[in-house]
Amino acid sequence: MSRNRTSLASVAAAACAGLLTLSACGGGSGFDDGGSSGEGGDGKITVLIGSSGDAETKAVEKAVADWSQESGTDAEVTVASDLNQQLSQGFASNNPPDVFYMSTDQLGGYVENGSLLAYGDQLSNADDFYPNLRQAFTVDDEFYCAPKDFSTLALWINTTKWEAAGLTDADVPTTWEELADVAAELKQGEQPGLAFSPEYQRVGAFFPQAGGAMTDEQQTEATVDTPENQEALDYVQQLLQDGSAQYSSTLGAGWGGEAFGKELAPMTIEGNWLVGAMQNDFPDVDYTVAELPAGPQGKGTLAFTNCWGIAESSPEQEQAVDLVEKLTSAEDQAAFAQAFGVIPSVESAAAAYKEESPEVAPFIDGADYAQNPPSTVGAADVITDFNSQLEGLADGDPAAILESVQQSLQATVGQ
Amino acid sequence: MLPVVVLLGLFLVAPVLMALWVSVSDWRGNGSPFGGDVGFVGLENYRQILAGGGLAERDFGTSLRNNLFYVVLVVPLQTMIALLLAVLVTRRSLRGRGFFRTAFYFPSVTSSVAITVLWLFLFSTTGVVNKILGWFGLNGPAWFQDPRGVLHLLLGAVGVDRAPAALGENGFLGITWWDWVAGPSVAMSAFVLMAVFTTSGTFMLLFIAALNNIGDEIEEAGLIDGANAWQRFRFVTLPMLRPTLFTVLTLGLIGTWQVFDQIYTGTQGGPAKTTLTPAYLSFQSAFVNQQWGQGAAIAFVLFAIIVVLTLVQRWVLSEDRGSRGERARADAVRAGVTARQQGGGVAGGAA
Repeated sequence: MSRNRTSLASVAAAACAGLLTLSACGGGSGFDDGGSSGEGGDGKITVLIGSSGDAETKAVEKAVADWSQESGTDAEVTVASDLNQQLSQGFASNNPPDVFYMSTDQLGGYVENGSLLAYGDQLSNADDFYPNLRQAFTVDDEFYCAPKDFSTLALWINTTKWEAAGLTDADVPTTWEELADVAAELKQGEQPGLAFSPEYQRVGAFFPQAGGAMTDEQQTEATVDTPENQEALDYVQQLLQDGSAQYSSTLGAGWGGEAFGKELAPMTIEGNWLVGAMQNDFPDVDYTVAELPAGPQGKGTLAFTNCWGIAESSPEQEQAVDLVEKLTSAEDQAAFAQAFGVIPSVESAAAAYKEESPEVAPFIDGADYAQNPPSTVGAADVITDFNSQLEGLADGDPAAILESVQQSLQATVGQ
Repeated sequence: MLPVVVLLGLFLVAPVLMALWVSVSDWRGNGSPFGGDVGFVGLENYRQILAGGGLAERDFGTSLRNNLFYVVLVVPLQTMIALLLAVLVTRRSLRGRGFFRTAFYFPSVTSSVAITVLWLFLFSTTGVVNKILGWFGLNGPAWFQDPRGVLHLLLGAVGVDRAPAALGENGFLGITWWDWVAGPSVAMSAFVLMAVFTTSGTFMLLFIAALNNIGDEIEEAGLIDGANAWQRFRFVTLPMLRPTLFTVLTLGLIGTWQVFDQIYTGTQGGPAKTTLTPAYLSFQSAFVNQQWGQGAAIAFVLFAIIVVLTLVQRWVLSEDRGSRGERARADAVRAGVTARQQGGGVAGGAA
């Protein structure tokens, strides 16, 4: 027994000694020298992207390879399987990629911990971006990163079912009343006229239509529990209760696009990313796309966008900015648009794309009146929480939902 | 000795202590946690998740609620089924025992990611499970999309579909008592079934090993003593399995409190956060929201929960507990068995 004790004590002592050495090493060298001359300093640019598929990967790889050739700087594209995790791991280990995709809901956290380089205004094309998109990546008046492209929501209509119900082009809804009417008309038994995913990222499009928003423009005040938002949620709740609209999850689909493609519902609210999915997975479904109907306060939709983030600690900042300037050029963005259906974030390129592919016009038109989802630190959590409450909207209390989200969101903007 | 200490120190003690430091620091995931600009914030991160009054606390409460129901259902179920399967496949009279043993053990050697994907298919709205339910005229739910709590559904069936005032107004960790008693959601129930399906086989193996260690003569002695099959199992076999039972329950408890892969690949905490577990929340706080301190704090609270529960369970299962009468009866049976055994041995020797 006593022998056991002694050996235990000596083991503990040895472990402590080892640990001290370890942490001493850690404190002294490599770990915390701010990356001014980190391992990345070999003149090579690493690009980390979260890709929607082969088309996107190939397009980005090609664009980056072209830049490499021109500039003579090595660059490598890595496709993340879990972008959030790989990115945060890179920053935590002080070896982040130089250039990477950054979403609006992650932006706040990375700005706050000092990971992001605010390079936006160094770009020669800084003023060519849509103002909304610029705003989405501006924190405290600093334009952090260049929007790489964007998507907006529109109304998708299954033309076969539309015509079968005796509806014509003239019936495409342009107001809330008309939307409710056609949804009721298209409803067949259990099958609703309209289906969308149970989340703020879809339902939230009704807020601007009613004149509401999640926050004020500068994101300094949460404005969730306003009469405007209440009106929007009441309207959506009514649609759900009438059975003319249903959540895609109720129909057994993973998202609105799946419900639409599988013809579980003749209308859905989705973004332009569905174009590719319809081509690949549901080529036999005929559809048209229209702008979302206007509410009492006019048109409204949501814009989703990512930017090209650059690490503050990147040793190759200059080259990285140069690369991003090329990737956001009108020419490259047009190529991306063709390859995987995103809308260019530069107005001139978007206009050209609209002319070439008129079917995407509703999405591009949406850019003029689109709202950005909130991007304050912790907003992502609030949205997740909001989504979980929206799942119960049909028999829930819209006022109570908005009130609880107001509280959570206000806590994030106050920081 | 030294290599072991170095290895353990490097891969076990050092990371644990680093995580402990992160849980009391304001490190936000940029650069080294030991860098000069990282400050000590005391128990602030713990306060945020345990008494912050905000979303962090509510999320943590929700994840604990979800995981608690998961543990309460999975641990007893998998232990009982594992024991049952072990008893069945160790029976001499069973033909093709090897086949059954392999079959029951098979889910355990399959990767949990593969099984999760299989489960998502089986339990999809138009999946096999709902098809089979359809044969009986039942309309299966949209399993992995259904956030309704099972207990709430049961209560709703007997007319209680609103929170009684006492439960609806007060709460713990940011969620009301009414929400605490929601029970596992339909989605979580599917995960419960999956856990039972995959781990019962593993623990069956442990029970088989223990059962094989109990000699035939003890069983025979019980027979001679006039004990019926249930009595032999309850008063002879089961007490002798006590150490194994402890192992199985402890492993089960630890494993179920740490459930992560299924959630990560399957539902990511949805629908309506009803499959959010502390382990997944910890990951999410750190890697997705850059709240590394809170993520680490959640991990340590989870660790404390597991340790405390394991100690409680050890105390409950310890030899000198249990009702006095029951123990006396078990002792009597055992003594009888031993006596027979010895008597039988002597008689055999004499013949």
